[in-house]
Amino acid sequence: MLKTFHIGGIHPPECKLSAGGKPVVLPVPGQVVIPLSQHAGAPAKLLVAKGDEVRTGMLIAEASGFISARIHSSVSGVVSKIDDVADAGGYRKQAVVIDVKDDVWEDAILREGQTLPTDDLPAEEIIERIKKAGIVGLGGAMFPTHVKLTPPPGCKADVLIINGAECEPYLTADHALMLEKSEEILTGVRLLMQACQVERACIGIENNKRDAIEKLSALAPHYPGVEIVPLKVCYPQGGEKQLIDAITGRRVASGALPISEGAIVDNIGTVFAVYEAIVRNKPLIERVVSVTGKQIKNPCNLRVRIGTPVRHLIEYAGGLPEDTGKIIGGGPMMGRALINADIPVTKGTSGILLIASQEAQRQSSRNCIRCAKCVAICCMGLEPNYLMNISEFKQWELMKKNRVMDCIECGSCSYTCPAHRPILDHIRMGKNEVRKQEARNA
Amino acid sequence: MDFILPAVLSLGLISIISAIVLYIVSKKFEVREDPRIAEIQAILPAANCGGCGYPGCSGFAAACVAASSLDGLLCPVGGAATMTRLAGILGKTVERSDPRIAVLHCNGRCEKRPRLNRYDGLSVCAAASLLYGGETGCSYGCLGMGDCVAVCNFNAIRIHPETLLPEIDEARCTACGACAKACPKQLIRMLKKGPDSHRVYVACMNKEKGAVARKACAAACIACSKCVKICVSQAITLENNLARIDEEKCILCGQCVAECPTSAIVEHIKNKIESC
Amino acid sequence: MKLIISPSPHIHSGDSIEKNMYGVLVALAPAWIVSLVYFGLGALIVTLLSVLSCVLFEYLIQRFLLKGKTTIGDGSAILTGTLLAFNLPSNLPAWIILIGALVAIGIGKMSFGGLGNNIFNPALVGRVFLLISFPAPMTDWPEPGFFPPTYTDAVTGATTLEMIKGHFGDLPAYSALLSGKIGGSLGEVSAIALLIGLIYMLWRKIITWHIPLSVIATVALFTGIMHGVDPALYAHPALHVLSGGLLLGAIFMATDYVTSPMTGKGMIIYGTGIGIITVVIRLFGAYPEGLSFAILIMNAFTPLINRYVKPERFKN
Repeated sequence: MLKTFHIGGIHPPECKLSAGGKPVVLPVPGQVVIPLSQHAGAPAKLLVAKGDEVRTGMLIAEASGFISARIHSSVSGVVSKIDDVADAGGYRKQAVVIDVKDDVWEDAILREGQTLPTDDLPAEEIIERIKKAGIVGLGGAMFPTHVKLTPPPGCKADVLIINGAECEPYLTADHALMLEKSEEILTGVRLLMQACQVERACIGIENNKRDAIEKLSALAPHYPGVEIVPLKVCYPQGGEKQLIDAITGRRVASGALPISEGAIVDNIGTVFAVYEAIVRNKPLIERVVSVTGKQIKNPCNLRVRIGTPVRHLIEYAGGLPEDTGKIIGGGPMMGRALINADIPVTKGTSGILLIASQEAQRQSSRNCIRCAKCVAICCMGLEPNYLMNISEFKQWELMKKNRVMDCIECGSCSYTCPAHRPILDHIRMGKNEVRKQEARNA
Repeated sequence: MDFILPAVLSLGLISIISAIVLYIVSKKFEVREDPRIAEIQAILPAANCGGCGYPGCSGFAAACVAASSLDGLLCPVGGAATMTRLAGILGKTVERSDPRIAVLHCNGRCEKRPRLNRYDGLSVCAAASLLYGGETGCSYGCLGMGDCVAVCNFNAIRIHPETLLPEIDEARCTACGACAKACPKQLIRMLKKGPDSHRVYVACMNKEKGAVARKACAAACIACSKCVKICVSQAITLENNLARIDEEKCILCGQCVAECPTSAIVEHIKNKIESC
Repeated sequence: MKLIISPSPHIHSGDSIEKNMYGVLVALAPAWIVSLVYFGLGALIVTLLSVLSCVLFEYLIQRFLLKGKTTIGDGSAILTGTLLAFNLPSNLPAWIILIGALVAIGIGKMSFGGLGNNIFNPALVGRVFLLISFPAPMTDWPEPGFFPPTYTDAVTGATTLEMIKGHFGDLPAYSALLSGKIGGSLGEVSAIALLIGLIYMLWRKIITWHIPLSVIATVALFTGIMHGVDPALYAHPALHVLSGGLLLGAIFMATDYVTSPMTGKGMIIYGTGIGIITVVIRLFGAYPEGLSFAILIMNAFTPLINRYVKPERFKN
């Protein structure tokens, strides 16, 4: 019996077109755009000015608070301007634009093959290095990792859970990374275990990645305390709360963090970034991105410098197809449609997915037929149809009472609805109104 | 015959008992209310729009009776006339306030603001603005999905079929402010109606630098400060790359309107938009 | 090329109202074929008339009374018409069918605001209206034949439930109950055909097991206890489950999306309620069959069930 979470879930077509490909290093582009807000929390504080020379790996923005993260230059060259640049949604935010010249790395960064000794590193030291390297959750939420590893007083983690589920259709970046860098990932897991002082770590992998499960399982015995847990293929297996439920059977309460149940969850990409930061002293300046879609010529996994415009990735994969309707940053279920192809890759971009206009177009919404499919598949045990109905009447208080804030926005309800109702749009609006009201009351 | 008597008696008994119960209950749970509240409520517009800041007209009536002075209390729908009558009932005086009206601070019509994307989500401004700046390059401008239309209790707003911007009906707008609260981009503000509906305002909220704003929308304020220089009454200032006209100082001379290179400053004369 | 922007999710399952409605119709096909075999021309005329009039009334009401878009293509009116026909005797005069269709669509469905807003199952509203208004023709059941070319001139006889109730005649063999060679409403006779429909709908995930199973189990349990108390007075539970409209109702009528509860637990409460009320009417009431009333009564409780029976939350 494969482990899985216990409420709801759907089975969208997997469409893992780019599976099996080793991550290819994408050539450094002529210009990169590095936004200063690539993490949950306050934007980083700028340290460079127009005209400054930078090297690959150099710190260009300092964390501006506890929940914030450092940002490093992903290329070497000259800062051509500091400007407000449109983010994925068209809101303009501060970014550093760098014209690339050569590829000179900071001296402290070790190159491939060289390693620093890591035995007996104290937990504080590991967390400090993670913080210095500007590592955030690479799964998409972009929550600063050092904050996650520093539990609030009174909380103690007893298990580290590594999210290798990659339950979103199409995406294969974590899969490719697990195959290519198995040993590095396992070392990274050990380092994280040291950092949060736990004896047990579980790497949850959906069962559609048999090769990764086999490879990691073969190596795992050399890394004490690390278990590989194959999981049933079911969306959203990789949701933080769902993954903890699947692997440990513990359920994290409404509004609580995983640490309340003694768990810390990190993504595969994050683990690899931690390995690189501690063993090779390398800050987070590149990541693996799946470039995929049914229309695209060569679906592939690319190792990309942060700040590379999405256009370069698409060109490498065979160019933008004629009838592209949407360019999505992330997966099809939770990703965000980009306003254009000039949006840069950020720390949280796990994939670039192209969808043809036919498929991208939503169908018009019809009457709810109360088929109850959304209730059956909701992984948080909510009543999406009811939440949408009361959202239409602006009953924000009632939405709050019906636990709208529990929603993890996995999108299964809108995906399933036979009447094509924009359920999640309404729930999101309700969550926003509830949040506004709470802020007003506070 | 013998079945009529019991029927009459039992029904009569039931009705007498019910009457007694009703009497007792109505006496016991009677709510005493200041009769002036009902009186005031009768002259209020009964629109329950909430524009006064109280929950409905009855709430406002109660607030008026309870308040020691009528300062700061205004029924925007009924306006000065209603407030004067209301003051008469309460034996209080009312300060006069200028009539106001909802004004849209965006002039990004279709032809001026090219659409770069097509939004395909829930057609509600509040939902769209959560994730996206809009279909055009301007993330400050009107989204055109009509949240303001939906909340207007007086049918005073419609989306103009050609400009795709909300259009406010001078005659119907009561300046209750519901639309201003509903607009997620804060584009609607209550301005002074002005003499004969004559007013001048900056119809733009884009805080970007001039070049960026101009690229997104031909009607954007580009912060060129020409208006600031030409204004004879020093009513115009520049803040965050945006011109702002002080209503108190403005003498409605219209110089700035002629000077504005992008027609971002709009002069409104008697229901007819002169500029642009 | 303008890129489309919209909130996630960006893909859809491809499920639609039509797929569900036509899926139910496919599941009804075996039972319909059986009815054609046993009731011949009458079954054909009643079904066609019922479906066509339901679709027509829906079209007329939406087009001329509500002056809106028509949605007859979504298959829900066809389904209502089919289910109504399945609950009628195959020798019912045409004008009664038209009245039934008008009540089903006009009062049962459109007066509440159309698909998705109705409180009661429209086909059952039509059926119960006819049963109360025209009790004689509604309980005059044709004898099954083999493609009989008869309509209103069919030979009639009693149904199993009437026999149970009136304690007369020889009860039919189980083989007849399974295959459907018995008198009754045109769609309810064959247990096997209806069960094939159930399996199809479960496989296609159109419905879940909760409602049909809870209705059938409750009826079997309740009648089983009564049978155990007095076998001479109360018939065997298998007879109760297989006869009358129980399977048709449990599988196709009670599971109507719009009028049944949203959660698994709620569905079981609803199904159990239907089972209990059905048996009470069958054993102690004036009517031989009580399923239609039971479903309508539980329909009325659906909003209440939805209000108090919430799905299992991730964590309380």
